[in-house]
Amino acid sequence: MNFTLFFADLWTARMNLLNGLGQTVLISVGSVFLGTLLGVAVGLALTYGHWLLRFVVRIYTDFLRGTPVFVLILACFYILSVVGIDLSAFEAGVLALTLFCSSHVGEIVRGALSAISKGQTEAAKSIGLTFRQSFVYVLMPQALRQILPTWVNTATEIVKASTLLSIIGVVEFLLATQQVISRTYLSLEFYLFAGVVYFLVNFAIEQAGRFVERRIAIPN
Amino acid sequence: MDYDFNFAVVWRNWDLLAQGLGLGLSLAVLSIAIGTGIGLIAAFGMLSKLRPVRWIALAYVSAIRNTPILVLILFTYFALPQMGVRLEKIPSFIFTLSIYAGAYLAEVFRGGLVALPLGLREAGLAIGLTEFRTKIYIIIPVMMRNVLPSLSNNFISLFKDTSLAAVIAVPELTYYARKINVESFRVIETWMVASLIYVAACYIIASLLRRLEARLAIPR
Amino acid sequence: MTQVLKITDLHKRFGDLEVLKGIDLTMQKGDVVSLIGSSGSGKTTVLRCINLLEDFERGTVEIAGEAIGYRHDGRKRRRLPERQIARQRAMTGMTFQQFNLFPHMTALGNVMLGLLKTQKKPKEEARSIAESWLERVGMASRKDHYPGQLSGGQQQRVAIARAIAMNPQLMLFDEVTSALDPELVTEVLAVVRDLAADGMTMLIVTHEMRFARDVSSRVVFMHEGRIHEEGPPDELFGAPKTERLQGFLARSEF
Repeated sequence: MNFTLFFADLWTARMNLLNGLGQTVLISVGSVFLGTLLGVAVGLALTYGHWLLRFVVRIYTDFLRGTPVFVLILACFYILSVVGIDLSAFEAGVLALTLFCSSHVGEIVRGALSAISKGQTEAAKSIGLTFRQSFVYVLMPQALRQILPTWVNTATEIVKASTLLSIIGVVEFLLATQQVISRTYLSLEFYLFAGVVYFLVNFAIEQAGRFVERRIAIPN
Repeated sequence: MDYDFNFAVVWRNWDLLAQGLGLGLSLAVLSIAIGTGIGLIAAFGMLSKLRPVRWIALAYVSAIRNTPILVLILFTYFALPQMGVRLEKIPSFIFTLSIYAGAYLAEVFRGGLVALPLGLREAGLAIGLTEFRTKIYIIIPVMMRNVLPSLSNNFISLFKDTSLAAVIAVPELTYYARKINVESFRVIETWMVASLIYVAACYIIASLLRRLEARLAIPR
Repeated sequence: MTQVLKITDLHKRFGDLEVLKGIDLTMQKGDVVSLIGSSGSGKTTVLRCINLLEDFERGTVEIAGEAIGYRHDGRKRRRLPERQIARQRAMTGMTFQQFNLFPHMTALGNVMLGLLKTQKKPKEEARSIAESWLERVGMASRKDHYPGQLSGGQQQRVAIARAIAMNPQLMLFDEVTSALDPELVTEVLAVVRDLAADGMTMLIVTHEMRFARDVSSRVVFMHEGRIHEEGPPDELFGAPKTERLQGFLARSEF
């Protein structure tokens, strides 16, 4: 390893790398945000929906969960342009990650809601709460606490999966790093560097998740 | 939408797709086998009495789990040669996927080991087995059966991750799908078929594994 | 008379807590000794030290004349290598409160494992020894069942067969009935009684006072890590000398 050279090149390429990291953050935050919105709807449909709706949504989630993210990204990227929906690589990638995220969040939400005992719903009904009230005041607060750890995990999965957008040409952090490598030939140093950066980002997300988890934990 | 579906082009290449699927499955099987060995060692490492051993195992697991697999694949294939470790495409990918699987399985096994009743080990020792033999004949077999469902899920994830081998031109399913896509321009058909093959394969593998789990389960 | 067990000045601590403060106990072949006392008195720890499941800091434990667990290099005391420890553990048979059967093996498999792997017996011999012990504890008809398919009492009987099939010099019973439903206690105690009548040397930790009185040749009352009073069962239960034992017996149910 050549550290002097590495740091010199790192300094030269700092703006490119920072831009790439910015893109990674943007992609991840965007996909997790949209994916969670969609995913909650999916989860509610899976739990409370009419059987036909449940059936359709079940196919949607199973299909997305059975397809590798990479294939999903390639499919979104290639197919949409053919059918005349003109999306940039960035948008196609975010769409793919959003779909991926929604299927996972949907499953998490369904799992959490069905894990809350029937007794809770009955107790809420027995004190005269409507379905909406019992959902908002009784079910959701309990479900959210259950969902949080897995949801944070999904977020780190999305950050990792965002690297796949490099293959369709989105200059996120990995592609930005690869561009530096193609100029400097320091593949060992810069791939290690990329690994460390991703590790730190995910580690930070995990720690933040743990912190929130502790703050909102129900005392027992 | 005006689009003439033409699956014939894709079907003409069914032998390539089948080959790709076969290679993907083989990669996943090999990696989970090697990964299980690595995972067991790392899991016992994380529970070791010796602090340095614990530390190394923990560092391995959290470093790998927090790094995108694409970075790991590229690192092994493009950066390791700089250190004099030059692997062919397929061995390089198997190496990466095994290391990757090992880290995830280590977490699974650690959980399984912690959940075992303490008395199991003591009962083994009490009939005169050494610590090592107690692990081989009692601790590992019981733990493995308890974590079979997680093991199955990990296998399916690994199978999906084999799609990334396409990035370093390992000719598995996604690689051929891209090839057919480029040669035939039947974009929608190609990606529909590719993802359907993945979904179907995952579904079939999952139900086969459920059956295997039932057969291997400890009777009660 | 052959001496089977000799414990001299046994000390054991968990961190700051000294749980055994100098235990002396000898047993001859055929002795059946019950250890009684309130929880926390250290009686289970004595058994676990004899089976080397716990380290101990001071004192010696001899089984059939062999000092177990440690050797002395001049003034240094060292734990024996693992193979030695494993061999010495097999000199005693241990049964546990929670049975601790191996859940992935049938009743027969549980009993055979030690015979095959520790004693290196050929498979056929191991099987016939295991089958005869399962027969003895009344479990022959269930030998192909897995632990999860057996009741607690049945599991404990298999666990006893597993321990005794190894032909130990000394059997250690650690509260064999305390995890059992009341209606299952009798079947397990009957097995222990049967073994006692057969001349097996046994050290029993129990809360069942009536059983201790019936089966033992000697009863030892422990309190706060020491042996507080010991003697033949009729003496100990009929005319307890110390106030502590009187109090303990008054609180125990017969």
